[in-house]
Amino acid sequence: MSSETISGPILTSDGIPLKVSLRKAEKRNKIRAFLLVLPLLAFILITFIIPIGDMLARSVDDRYINTVFPKTFEVFKKWDKQDLPPEEVYETMFFEINAAEGYKIGKSSTRMNYSKSGWKSLIKKSQRKFKRIKEGPYKEQMIKIDKRWGDPFYWKALGEMVDPTTMGYYLNAVDLKYDSNKEIIAQPENRRIYNHTWIKTFKVSLLVTLFTLMLGYPIAYLLATLPLKYSNLLMICVLLPFWTSLLVRTVAWMIILQQNGVFNNLMVIAGLIADENRWKLMYNETGTIIVMTQILLPFMVLPLYSVMKTISPSYMKAALNLGASPLHAFWKVYMPNSLPGISAGGLLVFIIAIGYFITPELVGGKDGQMIGNWIAYHLKTTLNWGLCAALGSILLAVMLVFYWVYNKIIGVENIKLG
Amino acid sequence: MALPVYATTGQRIGYYSFLTYCGFVFFFLIAPIFVVLPLSFSSSPFFEFTREFMSFESEAWSVRWYKQMLGICDPNEIITTVCTDKWMKGTVNSFYIGFVSTFLATALGTIAALGLSRPHMPFKGLIMAILISPMIVPLIITAAGMFFFYSKLGLTHSYTGLILAHTALGTPFVVITVTATLTGFDNNLIRASQSLGADTMRTFFKVIMPLILPGVISGALFAFITSFDEVVVVLFVGSVEQVTIPRQMWAGLRQEISPVILCMATCLVALSIALLTTVELLRRRSERLRGIKHR
Repeated sequence: MSSETISGPILTSDGIPLKVSLRKAEKRNKIRAFLLVLPLLAFILITFIIPIGDMLARSVDDRYINTVFPKTFEVFKKWDKQDLPPEEVYETMFFEINAAEGYKIGKSSTRMNYSKSGWKSLIKKSQRKFKRIKEGPYKEQMIKIDKRWGDPFYWKALGEMVDPTTMGYYLNAVDLKYDSNKEIIAQPENRRIYNHTWIKTFKVSLLVTLFTLMLGYPIAYLLATLPLKYSNLLMICVLLPFWTSLLVRTVAWMIILQQNGVFNNLMVIAGLIADENRWKLMYNETGTIIVMTQILLPFMVLPLYSVMKTISPSYMKAALNLGASPLHAFWKVYMPNSLPGISAGGLLVFIIAIGYFITPELVGGKDGQMIGNWIAYHLKTTLNWGLCAALGSILLAVMLVFYWVYNKIIGVENIKLG
Repeated sequence: MALPVYATTGQRIGYYSFLTYCGFVFFFLIAPIFVVLPLSFSSSPFFEFTREFMSFESEAWSVRWYKQMLGICDPNEIITTVCTDKWMKGTVNSFYIGFVSTFLATALGTIAALGLSRPHMPFKGLIMAILISPMIVPLIITAAGMFFFYSKLGLTHSYTGLILAHTALGTPFVVITVTATLTGFDNNLIRASQSLGADTMRTFFKVIMPLILPGVISGALFAFITSFDEVVVVLFVGSVEQVTIPRQMWAGLRQEISPVILCMATCLVALSIALLTTVELLRRRSERLRGIKHR
């Protein structure tokens, strides 16, 4: 470098201003970093995020029936919803039922049955008897085949399906429905199941979170304060269940909790309960809560432990030195310091608990079923996939709110394993 | 946290009741796992500790269920449950699906973690949230979504579908463990390697890989156990053809109540002890390595 002062922008050796050159390098670095992440990001998007999106779309999708009865719905829209639809609607319905393949009609009539039960059997019966009708007018002859064709409530129920999207499944998922004038009303008393289940899901999850905190806090404290030699050994007791198959642990609990199980046997031998009134600990809500508490306990202990590890023991000593009673010192000094651990563990346990399916299914019986079990039931048994997707979407939304809170407070990158 | 010599009686009582409480919690955590071990050697077809079993009578103890698990069927024996080769088939399938998806998850996850740990990563928070989401979203929702979407692509009832699903479920663990090992990674090592003339691949395999290997292996083990234990997605995306150990255990619990489950459970507990030991040893090694570097 010569002694002359540098005027203007600093240049690199090849004459480009340093700022530009640095910005370029940074941009290249950004692209390079992004390219490394891209394969996994694309993989997760395709195999995981899009399927979830597909489920969300399915919860409002009502296009299928519109492809089976396009003309009927066209003329249906013109009807003033008074009394019965005009002859034209009957006629197109008649021809479209006859024209479509059997499985399409079957699938559509299942959908129609969701908004008014009776549609399915009506369509099935009509399919057989429509052969008798040779020529119009169709209205009278159809009503002759089955009185239900003359019932305006059946026709009004169709109005719910005319649009390609529906909120009907979401309404069903919270025990509401459309009435025949497309007003939102509550389900009849005997068909209300979901609100009850939602409340139960939250109740069980909250109780499990509370119990894991009550059991987990002291042992996390013990693990964090013991010398490393002992705490490493005890840590295995926390980590081994974490690594053991969920099904194995559930089987173990079934052995313990059943009527002739280990727990009841021990209680009878100890003379604490009589042989004939053994406690019913399984196939009910109690069973679900006990087993889920044990299974989720490590998820509470591990975050608590990693936070408590950072609390200096001299804080407590200082508080005691200044005249606080042990309890007071704990409550005013230690507890507030461990709050991040409590919120991390609590949120994690709660998030995992609300989506639980396997354990309630195996030990919950009728009384301990959670919302996850209904999702599985509609997915595999009733094949009401719209409702299944709506229940799943609501659960997912609730979950994402908590995940977002978790991310805000703790940050996903701080999740620790083992 | 030992008790000081000058502790009052009240403090002593408090301390010992605290220890008792902790002992109870540890017992609550660990005891259920070991309940299955003795019962797997029972000759009774029920999941119960019978009087004969407890008094160690020789007829009450047997390895007949282990034989059934291995697919060795004795034609002379009075069969109370169906003796099938499904347990062995399930074992093979579980390992097959587990290995392939672990390999994919580890490869994808490690590369992504390298990118995420670079100081210049754009949208890091958002991308991290997306990559971790398969671990957070409830399995039943994942299973439902995958069932709907994969059936459109014809991937349900196939090994490919299950492997893709399990890979997606396993990657968050790899990403988390590898990014954790990469915090505090000295980037000067890369520069040193490059200035000495090594190309990118050589730098990766000779410099970066040996240092992050403990994290990669424990991530891989997490991914493996996730796939190996997973039952919900297998139930909905797979078919009866793709029987795995958890699926067979599920069927055994729901339909047959077969004691062979207890034998398989015992084997799985042994496997989890082995995996846990490996991960713990790796973690300590990794901490030691990083400890040396910080000094």
